[in-house]
Amino acid sequence: MILYLLKRLAVLLASTAVAGVVVFAFMAVLPGDPAEIALGVNATPEAVARLRTEFGTDRPPVVQFLDWFGGLLQGDFGTSYVTTSPVGEQIADRLGVTAVLVLGGMLIALLIAVPVGTFAAVHHRDPLGAAISAASQVGIAVPAFLAGILLVFVFAVQAQALPSGGYVPFAEDPAAWLRGLVLPWLSLGLVQGAVLTRYVRSAVLDVMREDYLRTARAKGRGRMGALWRHGLRNASIPVVTVLGLQLATLLIGAVVVERVFVIPGLGDLLLNGVAGRDLLLVQGVVMVLVVAVLLINFVVDVCYATLDPRLRGAR
Amino acid sequence: MRRIGIWIALGGLLIGTAACGGGSGGGGGTAKAESLAVGFVAEPANLDFTSTEGAAIPQALLVNVYEGLVKLGQDGTVQPLLAEKWEVSPDRKTYTFTLRPNVTFTSGAPFTADDVVFSLGRVTSDWKLKIKSQFDVVDKVEKKDDTTAVVTLKRPSNGFLYALATRLGAMFSRTGVADLANKPVGTGPYQLAAWKRGDSIRLDANPKYWGTKPALPAVTLKYFKDATAMNNALLTGGIDVISNVQAPESLQQFADPNRFQTVEGTTNGEVVLSMNNGRAPFDDKKVRQAVRHAIDHKALLDTAWAGRGQPIGSMVSPTDPWYEDRTGDYPYDVAKAKALLGGKTYTVKMRIPNLPYAVASAQVVKSQLAQVGITADIEPLEFPARWLDVVFKQADYDLSIINHIEPRDMRIFADKSYYFRYDNPEFGKLLASADEGTEQQQTDELKKAAKLLSDDAAADWLFLFPNLIVAEKGVTGLPKNAISESFDFTGLAKQ
Repeated sequence: MILYLLKRLAVLLASTAVAGVVVFAFMAVLPGDPAEIALGVNATPEAVARLRTEFGTDRPPVVQFLDWFGGLLQGDFGTSYVTTSPVGEQIADRLGVTAVLVLGGMLIALLIAVPVGTFAAVHHRDPLGAAISAASQVGIAVPAFLAGILLVFVFAVQAQALPSGGYVPFAEDPAAWLRGLVLPWLSLGLVQGAVLTRYVRSAVLDVMREDYLRTARAKGRGRMGALWRHGLRNASIPVVTVLGLQLATLLIGAVVVERVFVIPGLGDLLLNGVAGRDLLLVQGVVMVLVVAVLLINFVVDVCYATLDPRLRGAR
Repeated sequence: MRRIGIWIALGGLLIGTAACGGGSGGGGGTAKAESLAVGFVAEPANLDFTSTEGAAIPQALLVNVYEGLVKLGQDGTVQPLLAEKWEVSPDRKTYTFTLRPNVTFTSGAPFTADDVVFSLGRVTSDWKLKIKSQFDVVDKVEKKDDTTAVVTLKRPSNGFLYALATRLGAMFSRTGVADLANKPVGTGPYQLAAWKRGDSIRLDANPKYWGTKPALPAVTLKYFKDATAMNNALLTGGIDVISNVQAPESLQQFADPNRFQTVEGTTNGEVVLSMNNGRAPFDDKKVRQAVRHAIDHKALLDTAWAGRGQPIGSMVSPTDPWYEDRTGDYPYDVAKAKALLGGKTYTVKMRIPNLPYAVASAQVVKSQLAQVGITADIEPLEFPARWLDVVFKQADYDLSIINHIEPRDMRIFADKSYYFRYDNPEFGKLLASADEGTEQQQTDELKKAAKLLSDDAAADWLFLFPNLIVAEKGVTGLPKNAISESFDFTGLAKQ
């Protein structure tokens, strides 16, 4: 197990380094000069040149990259040109908000998918099971931001029951915090729930056909009892894998949902950064997102190996 | 059973929070009289308007947090602020300002003539923006005594006092410029209380303010990147005011007079259809004139901007003293346009910023130009980065559309390297003599200059960008015209 962990860790570190190079290269070819944008339509060439020197964007790209990546390794994301404050601080501020958004969305998705998916599998021959299957198909086709716009229209604008957007920190007002997050959580969670429902359903169906389950039933357990006792752990393996992949999708969905609901998370920071060509900021946010996805995959691999010891040797 | 339990718990959570919503919505009514939330589209990246361009920072801070010696009134005139009065010498080169006594900065430091010398001196030495060149005319700034400051100009200039009412004239404390990007220190009626980046800025009333205390103890500026999200926030009570409506067709949502009010005024924003005077086909005056005749401005305004705004005809806003309605210079006349083109047809590049008003207007311009034989291929460019680079800096375009929001910005046509590539020395002469002459001469000369621009068809002026504010019914003191860089909160109140 330790050897397996070390291997996965090495892959994680190598991927991070590659991602760093790619992210930097993309930013370097992005059109638009940060100094020009900061000074706007009325800038003089001298002022732009001076600002370039101040930003350090007049140095050779390789020097800029080594400077930036070297800083990253020490946890220093640099100082934003545009906001003049440390990039790391700004990301830390926003990361918590996005994490709450994504984890809440995932929780709602699981609360929907596990019972509904299991139900649909157990009843896969009934009309109700088929109906659930069809409904989840529709749910998959709806993007999270569209779900968000619909939810705002119904629950905020029409019913006036929940706020249409905005974010209140938990420490300031827990009730307002929760009220503000219900609709964003639902827009991410409903769509993800539909996706996961299908995976849960097919995983449970697969397990139900296994010999050991038939044996358990032959020994006198009911269908649900056998599934509960012997099936769910096995069914969870493919679901955990998909969960990891979907968590990454949720992170991307969150970027868009943040815009619909005016939530100051990483997505908002990223869009600001791109518009102002705040390169260090954009690089920083993208790196954090990339590392988050890599970490999720790492955790999924470890979970996988824990759930099914046979896999440790195989990989 | 366990699963059913989960569903009940989840259902309870939703109902619970929804019920909460009803409760605190009612409670919010009393809290609102204490403060007011105003929605804006662009959040400042930092709070230092001496080194960062853009309207967002002075919009929030000028007049509210930073005060100048003078300020711009709603009618466009220069009014006293930190200077009680001023005297201009007969040769119109020396301005003697009498400062208000007993004014302090929010840091506690007193405001004296030393701060005037310091602040105006900093413009030339420390400011990074090009607008600082408006102070090139200043020869020296001196302190006579604690409440008297004297500014001497190199030559008479009508533009100087006006420039003093913009951000250039903002007064800074000698001990308050260490961290301008995050900690503004001014003498204004409000001070920065909190800044939640990506969300809002809260300004609280300055308890030691020298003048009339503002009606509202606190004002929150809420920032929205999405116009729909901002509209929804007003509909659901998340904000009280939309500072400037970005999509006039959405106004019908706020038609109920029992809940909302709409204020329409003017801005300094001329939405210009720029033509590249420096290259074919628009280096030919006849082709430019044909474009001006080919555009039906009334129809364009109705289609592209829901009829809000006002046709203008040249580069002057109606709040400037030298405004004249020049819309009759080139009336809509397809036959005349075709005659000017002499039967020739052209295909041109219309490179526009990806901003709502530009995209909407470009469609109409395209179809109207098509009727006289000019095919305009629309190419939207990301704003600001791509548009600035391609159109503004390299002038690689034939037609473009952009809202020039700076006040009294007719002078940009005097710079032949500007992206219009307009080159008429006579125009520059008119501007120079207007600045040095008396106020009456200024008005007369600038009228001539505006007429010259229009006659030359240096560009076409599609419309004057409207100032459209939507607010809850009880809000009073909204600044009708957006003619200063500042969104003045000092008169705002809520019943």
